Amino acid sequence: MSACSVEVDRNLCKGCGICVSVCPKNALELSPNIGPSGYRYPVLKGECIGCKTCTLYCPDFAITVVCDEGGGQG
Amino acid sequence: MRRLRKHFSRKYLREEVLPTPFCPGCFNGVVMNVMFKAFEELGVERLKGYVFVSGIGCSSWIPSPHIKADTIHTLHGRAVAVATGVKLAKPNLNVIVIGGDGDLAAIGFNHLVHAARRNMDLLVILVNNLVYGMTRGQASPTTPEGMRTVTTPYGAYEPVMDVAELIARTNANYVARWCVANFNQLKNSIKEALSKHSKGFRFIEVIAPCITYVVRYEGKTPGQKIKELMKVCRPNTETPYGRIGILKAEDKPGYLDRYFEYVKRATEGDKGE
Amino acid sequence: MRVEFLSGNEAVAKAALDAGLKFYAGYPITPSSEIMHYLARELPKKGGMFIQSEDELAAINMVVGAALAGVKSMTATSGPGFSLMQEGLGYAVMVEAPIVIVNVMRAGPGTGQATKAAQGDVMQARWGRHGDQVVVVLAPSSPQEAYDLTVKAFEIAWGLRVPVVVLSDEFVGHGREVVEMPDKVKEPEPGWGPEDYSKPPFGSDDPRKPPPLPPLGEGYDLLITGSTHDEWGYRDVHSFETHFKLVKRLKEKVLGNIEKIFMYEYFGDDEADILIVAYGSMSRPARTAVRRLQAAGFSAGLLKLKTLWPMNYDVLRSYVKDARVVIVPELNLGQVVYDVRIVAGNDTVVVPINKVGGGVPIYACEIVEKAQKVWGEALEEALQP
Repeated sequence: MSACSVEVDRNLCKGCGICVSVCPKNALELSPNIGPSGYRYPVLKGECIGCKTCTLYCPDFAITVVCDEGGGQG
Repeated sequence: MRRLRKHFSRKYLREEVLPTPFCPGCFNGVVMNVMFKAFEELGVERLKGYVFVSGIGCSSWIPSPHIKADTIHTLHGRAVAVATGVKLAKPNLNVIVIGGDGDLAAIGFNHLVHAARRNMDLLVILVNNLVYGMTRGQASPTTPEGMRTVTTPYGAYEPVMDVAELIARTNANYVARWCVANFNQLKNSIKEALSKHSKGFRFIEVIAPCITYVVRYEGKTPGQKIKELMKVCRPNTETPYGRIGILKAEDKPGYLDRYFEYVKRATEGDKGE
Repeated sequence: MRVEFLSGNEAVAKAALDAGLKFYAGYPITPSSEIMHYLARELPKKGGMFIQSEDELAAINMVVGAALAGVKSMTATSGPGFSLMQEGLGYAVMVEAPIVIVNVMRAGPGTGQATKAAQGDVMQARWGRHGDQVVVVLAPSSPQEAYDLTVKAFEIAWGLRVPVVVLSDEFVGHGREVVEMPDKVKEPEPGWGPEDYSKPPFGSDDPRKPPPLPPLGEGYDLLITGSTHDEWGYRDVHSFETHFKLVKRLKEKVLGNIEKIFMYEYFGDDEADILIVAYGSMSRPARTAVRRLQAAGFSAGLLKLKTLWPMNYDVLRSYVKDARVVIVPELNLGQVVYDVRIVAGNDTVVVPINKVGGGVPIYACEIVEKAQKVWGEALEEALQP
């Protein structure tokens, strides 16, 4: 189990997939489910290293990274 | 339900207006993240004393209504003029203009170039999305040659305007151009323009192609485009969008410095013409 | 009391300084430039900001920016520049920016005759913007009035958060007369105070009271937009209710205060048979004409309009209803004459006298001649069986 994971505000996510593309570990994918805003939202499929690249590039302020220890909120 | 952690940008936003009206994947949101990261790293937690002025267009909606600060949403092209009025009326305010290529390089270019000539104490961020996004993607002065838009259905034939190079040739103090994928370089430029080079006219062009009318027509997804820009936009190289990097960084006295010097002459005995 | 020999343009500039002007942006244009020349010399010395803008579009928008920042600001121009400023003026109406614009009228359209007086911009000053909106238009007829009405313009602008146009003309702007000015002018106060800053900046329960304009940079997080907005400034470009409420309030704010805004003078006989309705420089020969008509035995009077918009039709009607003949001399092809026709009854003959170009005024003798001729015809008609 990885030390870090992502949290997605499904009300804000528009399913653009930028986070999936920029993740250096290819750890994200769009879920097959539709969120409350009507879009597919990202879910973790691999190991999150907590680099927060997805947070920086998320144009809808929807994705944050949470690590068990040492890392703050992204 | 457990409360979600908040994205770092949200402390700078009027949360009641979220989600933004921008298209899914619109790079405006990334530009906002870069800007807010710069503020965060500068230790600015609350944008009191900052006034954001914008004109008309998608990128003009970045500050208005989203940024939690004083924001003035003006007429098409007139943001720099209104910002000049605000800055001269209240010189202690930090005035930042955010606008697009249509707003700043077409209808408002006269104000932009004269504010640059005056070295007016403003930070102008040009979000260059290469088209008029809000009105359905018509060609703008920065539309690449050959690109098909609704007003250039057979491919754009007018030569492109290199806005950053033009402004660099004026008296402006600081000019940089980055792609939206140059997150750290762009952030550092904004930080420099708000701290180290906080006087005079500072101009930062951000290449952020319109998701709907440029990227989708290229057959790419927002994610693919940002990965492509990461490869293409190497600092200090020529790219299809012009030279990327810091084009100019000087510390000449700004307009206000010169004006107050002029006032001193007027009050200390110069009888004038 | 200060007494000086001033041109109308200089009087405008002095009045603006006395009213607390702290920001001037302008672009040179004949015949208004002396206003900017005077302020270029004096404003920097008085702690104000003067900037020669790159064009009139910049000038009006800089002035709006300064006003929104809480500083008394003004620009001056003439016909072509006034045309360029129209969009900015409409924006000022929408965001309720208290600005003063001086238009020293010259002959148009186009470049027209840059150095020659005219009064052709009355309708433009009233209606030149797209959309429904009301601005205040004042018309001085002498350097003295140029001074008084400019101070008044700042009072109205800041009292109601509304743009005010001072519609001068080349005769007034370049004419030179003795002007009396008080030693100290009480600087016009905003129609709101710090106690109002917590209230909505774009809404008001009493439509006649302006909403507050808190200062920028002090944490009020003002949301200002020229698009349709609700009382807190949130853009709403879809709903009927928000738009209708906003434009109606902007109109009522001005019309509800018409008693304070509408200024006029009457000179001559009570319930005069021959009434002259005039404004600006052309009220001067009109006054002479009234004296001559009275000397010739006529019952005559002059209604001099100092406010051209909003028009108080009740006042206008109260003077027009008693007259048999109403003469409206204007340095244009007929603009304020329409107002007179609106209120004139069937028994009243409304006669425009129109001349424009070459710096040629309407002479008093022309007004007298026309009045006598029309009076004779009206009498003849009345005597027809």
